Amino acid sequence: MKNSEGLQLTTRGDREIVITREFDAPRRLVFEAFTKPELVKQWLLGPPGWSMPVCEIDLRVGGKYRYVWRHADGREMGIGGVYREVAPPERLVSTEVFDEAWYPGEAVGTLVLAERGGKTTVTQTILYQSREARDGVLKSDMEKGVAMSYDRLAELLASLPARGMEKSAGD
Amino acid sequence: MGMTAERLDATFAALADPTRRAILARLASGEAPVTELAKPFAMSQPAISKHLKVLERAGLVSRGQDAQRRPRRLEAKRLAEASQWLEGYREIWEANFRRLDTLLDKLKTKELRAKKKRRGRRK
Repeated sequence: MKNSEGLQLTTRGDREIVITREFDAPRRLVFEAFTKPELVKQWLLGPPGWSMPVCEIDLRVGGKYRYVWRHADGREMGIGGVYREVAPPERLVSTEVFDEAWYPGEAVGTLVLAERGGKTTVTQTILYQSREARDGVLKSDMEKGVAMSYDRLAELLASLPARGMEKSAGD
Repeated sequence: MGMTAERLDATFAALADPTRRAILARLASGEAPVTELAKPFAMSQPAISKHLKVLERAGLVSRGQDAQRRPRRLEAKRLAEASQWLEGYREIWEANFRRLDTLLDKLKTKELRAKKKRRGRRK
């Protein structure tokens, strides 16, 4: 799919979401950006209008974290969990439960950082307790988003790898 | 959104293959019979037919009216539904990661400056 930053978002099996993205920085810095509250607060904000007034991280196995986001209109959303594995700068495993979870059970997030030539590939895997939970997460985020118009569908199709096709000759 | 989990699975499985994505891209510019769809690929017609069957089962492709040519056509609505499903989630993470890019640039610059300073002090 077309996107300049190379974010890859896929589902794996019945219960997982996998997100992959490369960053132009050593993984030591990327790991810090994922685990130091004063840094996390600067980027983990979601859609426009949200800020992150609470970001507490106790970075050790069994340690807890807690994030709270607040929208300009007053809405709040919180999430928390416990670290299961802490291996800087390459691996972090934690549980996650939203305060007002709209899906059953807690999820397990695994962050893996791989460095190559000063660049870091981040792979985030989120394992839900059931397929219904995973699909519920994706669906609710979708419904929050703007419906895709047919213009954007055309754009998507144009960006699909069309090997051996006359239309892609100019690419 | 009346899309069942099984249907979504079939759709994503169908989209996971580059040949099938190429077939969809071709069909986006108009319906075409199997013989024509097979042309750009170094593949037998039965092999292409197999891919088409997967796409049909996923609801991404249907058969046109002409009984003789049996042209296949894109079911754009189904594809739009599948894209939408991941799109909202993707947009959130793209926004997050663009901010993270900016932050990492800042951190790198800061580190570089600190390093230069230390080196300067040692002289």
